Amino acid sequence: MTHWIILPIVLPAFLAPFIVLAARYHITIQRVISVFGTLCLVAITAGLSWQASDGTVTLYQLSDWAAPFGIVLVGDRLSTLMVLLTSALAFFVLLYAIGSGWDNRGRHFHALFQFQLMGIMGAFLTGDLFNLFVFFEVLLIASYGLMIHTGGTVRLRAGVQYVLYNLLGSTLFLFALGAIYAETGTLNMADLAGRVQLIDASATVGIRIAAVLLLMVFAVKAAVVPLHFWLPSSYAEAPAPVAALFAIMTKVGAYAIIRVYTLIFPPDLAATAGLHGWWLLPTALVSLAIGMVGILAAKQLDRLAAFAVIGSMGMVMVSISLFTPAGMSAALYYIVHSTLAAGALFLITDLARAGRDNLDLTPQPPVSGAPLTAALFFVAAIAMAGLPPFSGFIGKLLILNAAFDTAYAAWIWAVILIASLISVVGFARAGSVLFWKAQSVEQGENAEPSPAPSGLSYVAVGGLVTLLVGHTVFAGPATQYTTAISEQLFAPERYLSTVLETPGKLSDQTEGAH
Amino acid sequence: MELLVASAIGILTSAGLYLVLRLRTFPVIMGVSLLTYAVNIFLFASGRLTVGAPPILSNAANYTDPLPQALVLTAIVISFGMTAVIVMISLGAYLGGDDDHIDDLAATPEADPNTDLNTEGTQ
Repeated sequence: MTHWIILPIVLPAFLAPFIVLAARYHITIQRVISVFGTLCLVAITAGLSWQASDGTVTLYQLSDWAAPFGIVLVGDRLSTLMVLLTSALAFFVLLYAIGSGWDNRGRHFHALFQFQLMGIMGAFLTGDLFNLFVFFEVLLIASYGLMIHTGGTVRLRAGVQYVLYNLLGSTLFLFALGAIYAETGTLNMADLAGRVQLIDASATVGIRIAAVLLLMVFAVKAAVVPLHFWLPSSYAEAPAPVAALFAIMTKVGAYAIIRVYTLIFPPDLAATAGLHGWWLLPTALVSLAIGMVGILAAKQLDRLAAFAVIGSMGMVMVSISLFTPAGMSAALYYIVHSTLAAGALFLITDLARAGRDNLDLTPQPPVSGAPLTAALFFVAAIAMAGLPPFSGFIGKLLILNAAFDTAYAAWIWAVILIASLISVVGFARAGSVLFWKAQSVEQGENAEPSPAPSGLSYVAVGGLVTLLVGHTVFAGPATQYTTAISEQLFAPERYLSTVLETPGKLSDQTEGAH
Repeated sequence: MELLVASAIGILTSAGLYLVLRLRTFPVIMGVSLLTYAVNIFLFASGRLTVGAPPILSNAANYTDPLPQALVLTAIVISFGMTAVIVMISLGAYLGGDDDHIDDLAATPEADPNTDLNTEGTQ
């Protein structure tokens, strides 16, 4: 049994307390450890993805207990892709946090950052629903600390809303888990997949309630309208590198929806039929519309970026809610794109803060380092709005193509195309006010030019943009891979047999002795 | 006993939901605590209610499911920690802003001059 798959969880879990205990007052040592750890994570997760790329499902039984009795970690194509995406995003975000000095404006940034990574990695890799809840809590409690990093009243107020909303979400998650356990007597995902199929058609009330509750929990995480209210102010008020890292957190919700609603409650399951198309699709379309209208309506650049996240999550959910192999493949392509683009957009938002009093979209003297910042904003805005030549355009084409044969094609096409137009107008307005009209504003008499952002900040943003360009240039191999992922999702036999049939310790010693 | 447990969960949940919908931070935190109590009892009941049976499989006829008890223990620890965190954060927000409303309309003027009109409108 290989132990590599648990390293993305164990490594940050060891580094974080080490940073707190040993390097508490030495920001340089913290930075070195944190960067080194995240680099290791990139290497490990790349190795895991390579291992899973041929369709292998890697299983890790904690303490060697066999599957339904012990907790398992499972690495298939989907989860290894998500952990790779997380570590790549985290690496550049960390570079930005160091380059911009955000990590030194409060205490314990690096420790919380590592705990956050541990929670996200665990949520992607676990094969057990209750374990998923625990990792959600790990990532949330780290995110509470990161969200109010450096303090300030406005940030604390936004933090209160964020924490309360997520506490309610966690409570709902527990209700759903209790209902599922009461109905099936197991919380292992692979075991659940088999047991849910066996539930008698006349006694599905409990499991249907559980399925809806679970969908609501994940929709809160994925910020699907009408459960998105926590997102705009918390993402806008969070420190920029934290908001950029949070770009992956909404994807945790999307991942959980994909995993649970293809494996446990697949679309062809009679008991939960209609949940996917009838409920998820309209809410996803509304999220898309509200996100893009929010881009146009936003009065501050950070709010604009937050609404861009809601809009792109809406786009992802539209594609997921088709629950066809083509739709899932397009959704996965778009998830990678939107994580990188949203991360870059939040970092650029912070770059644009240099030399401005605030981020209000009103003409003010030009930001320091304006040409490069403006160019990066232009690239990120094009990517986020889904214009050619970047991957947003390819992703949107894939989603439109996947929706072409479905019954709601007209609705989906209309909403996506109109919403894209609105977002283009919104981004164009923001960019012209920030960078263009700024040239005609008189500088104050005693205005000192504030220092331009450091080179490392630009390297970090440039790295994310380079990944976006790579995602565009290698769109062919990328879509082939996402197609392979969705094939694996819709034919989960290998996942099920690997999880349930791998021998391990059992409570019955005669059977499991080895 | 089923009626007692079910109505306890129901009353705690409805009281918690009512408090969560209040306008100020303190009742909302109380509401969240009540909801976590409700969910703990609910989780406990999800393994079926058995009286006077050990959570160990000694004889197959008389035992209670140990897994929900482990789940409840985890849930209690997590919700306790989370409640402590939210109390600290909201105390910080209250002391900093001298206002414990849960919505963010009344942003402090020095932090964001453009919302002056909004705050005057709501006061």
